[in-house]
Amino acid sequence: MDVQVWTYILVGVTFTLYIGIAIWSRAGSTSEFYIAEGAVNPLTNGMATAADWMSAASFLSMAGLISFMGYDGTVYLMGWTGGYVLLALLLAPYLRKFGKFTVPDFIGDRYYSNTARTVAVICALIVSFTYVAGQMRGVGLVFSKFLEVDIFWGVIIGMAIVFFYAVLGGMKGITYTQVAQYCVLIFAFMVPAFFISMQLTGSPIPQIGFGSTVTDGSGMYLLDKLDQLHTELGFAEYTSGTKSMQDVFFITVALMVGTAGLPHVIVRFFTVPKVKDARISVGYALIFIAILYTTAPAIAVFARTNLIETVSEQPYEEMPPWFSTWEETALLNWVDKNEDGIINYAPGAAIVGAPDIIRDGLDIRRGSNNQVMISNEVTANQNELYVDRDIMVLANPEIAGLPAWVAALVAAGGLAAALSTAAGLLLVISTSVSHDLIKKQFNKDISDKAELRYARIAAAVAVVVAGYFGINPPGFVAQVVAIAFGLAAASFFPAIILGIFYKKMNKQGALAGMIAGLIFTLAYIIYFKIAFPELNIPENWWFGISPEGIGTFGMLINLVVALSVRSFYPDPPEDVQEMVEGIRYPR
Amino acid sequence: MTQEKDLKGYWKKNLQYLSILLSIWFTVSYGFGILLAPWLNNFKMGGFKLGFWFAQQGSIYVFVVLIFIYVYLMNRLDKKFGVNEEDA
Repeated sequence: MDVQVWTYILVGVTFTLYIGIAIWSRAGSTSEFYIAEGAVNPLTNGMATAADWMSAASFLSMAGLISFMGYDGTVYLMGWTGGYVLLALLLAPYLRKFGKFTVPDFIGDRYYSNTARTVAVICALIVSFTYVAGQMRGVGLVFSKFLEVDIFWGVIIGMAIVFFYAVLGGMKGITYTQVAQYCVLIFAFMVPAFFISMQLTGSPIPQIGFGSTVTDGSGMYLLDKLDQLHTELGFAEYTSGTKSMQDVFFITVALMVGTAGLPHVIVRFFTVPKVKDARISVGYALIFIAILYTTAPAIAVFARTNLIETVSEQPYEEMPPWFSTWEETALLNWVDKNEDGIINYAPGAAIVGAPDIIRDGLDIRRGSNNQVMISNEVTANQNELYVDRDIMVLANPEIAGLPAWVAALVAAGGLAAALSTAAGLLLVISTSVSHDLIKKQFNKDISDKAELRYARIAAAVAVVVAGYFGINPPGFVAQVVAIAFGLAAASFFPAIILGIFYKKMNKQGALAGMIAGLIFTLAYIIYFKIAFPELNIPENWWFGISPEGIGTFGMLINLVVALSVRSFYPDPPEDVQEMVEGIRYPR
Repeated sequence: MTQEKDLKGYWKKNLQYLSILLSIWFTVSYGFGILLAPWLNNFKMGGFKLGFWFAQQGSIYVFVVLIFIYVYLMNRLDKKFGVNEEDA
């Protein structure tokens, strides 16, 4: 059976499973819809959190990114795991004790202010929408690459599935589908990794394999070999990287703190019964996440080595079949600059922009070596190879010559990762609207049933909006991840931490801090990423900090402003101080 | 001891645990993984340069261990100060 048939089977089976779970776990009350009645087992919640957290980007793109960044990929590996330590030690237990439904709930109650609640709702909505658009796009991409379905229909199918279980089941439905999705995605990620580790190093465990010697009989360590290949081709050593130390530091902080401040992650810890469960649940979540995050750098090394060894300085005519398959999808291309028929791989971009394939009618135009011809302008450097980052995970099974069902598994895993994250985000959006806006601001006497109906309508509208952005992505979609993390780091995290650990923090301080952090971070990112992308080079950055890392600076500004403004205004009311006292003790 | 004093002691101990655990968290990730990584790369563990290993593997393992140590310490502390939820 070929990959496409396998993909139809695996995607069909997993989707049926998700729908079955959704029907079984329909939500009947707002408490079920928002937090699954706070009755989720901590282990189950840990697994659901892991699926919630690991998005299409973690599954499809991260290993590929790392494989091109080498040591610099550390920012994602540490940045997207280290935040869970902060979550376990500084946030989850206290917010669980607080025992409401949402993050804006906490901000609003703790700072006795509807303005603060509104600022929090706006942040939650911006963060979640930027994030969810990327997920729907991921769903569309997987469909179009593996099933040759148009991206439009891919997104529509994805929307229909998410709509079904998020709108019907709310948090309860999402939690149990996420457990299933975690199992699918981790299996799909690990199987190719085991095989390739075995092939390259003789060790089935990738985490050990990439620190072992290669099986070609040279007795060389894999990483030493890769460093050597890099140096020969003129790249920086794989294990050293090229980013400045302060930039790596700042990006890592921003991603860690941002992770701990993301509303769709925090809200998962409202679903367990006890404070004790919230603590251990973060631990379980991180174990489940770490399985993928410690495997990804190994896959990165395997894929990088395989790629260089297969293509570099080799004649185009001797390329394996996958090369032309991926050329036709415009994710891979070779421009024969010196017309020697050999693929020269070197640092720098080979062409300007992404490949734009030239077609004569429906046929792809071929060059003298039968390579796919593109209309892009070529650059002046030696590099002749264009490689899209996503190919490293998508094509990995083919490059390593694994059976067809493994490639199909990767497709099902990518869909599971995208759908689980999208559902978690849609829930935050719908809760923000029905609970934080409608119930808390406009109509306090609304019945539980009516609120639930609004929650469902909001979820439905959000699915449609997310789908729209998935089909027509704004040009800056790839850039907005920086915005989501930067905003979470600069707004939520400091406000929540101060709210728990500093009893005397008043609403004026917290509000001023959140707004200052928010405006500064947004302005910096928009300036460099959207308004003047041509100026986005290290020489222009403040203190050498890239837009990805600026959330760290925004967080510091938030803290300084909050603490200084606080001293000019009275302490918070007695009952608020008592509430803060109360959330510090499990009983 | 009054209830009030008990709770103060609990919170103080909690903050103490937090500062110790977060110092380890910082040292391993930002210290070994970033600031000291170039120097640690002079040493090797199997095929891994040590700084690189801490950055892409070791720090993540340490994160997991830190959370479970925290869970253990806090469960013990909850019992000791009588604020654990089972007795509620």
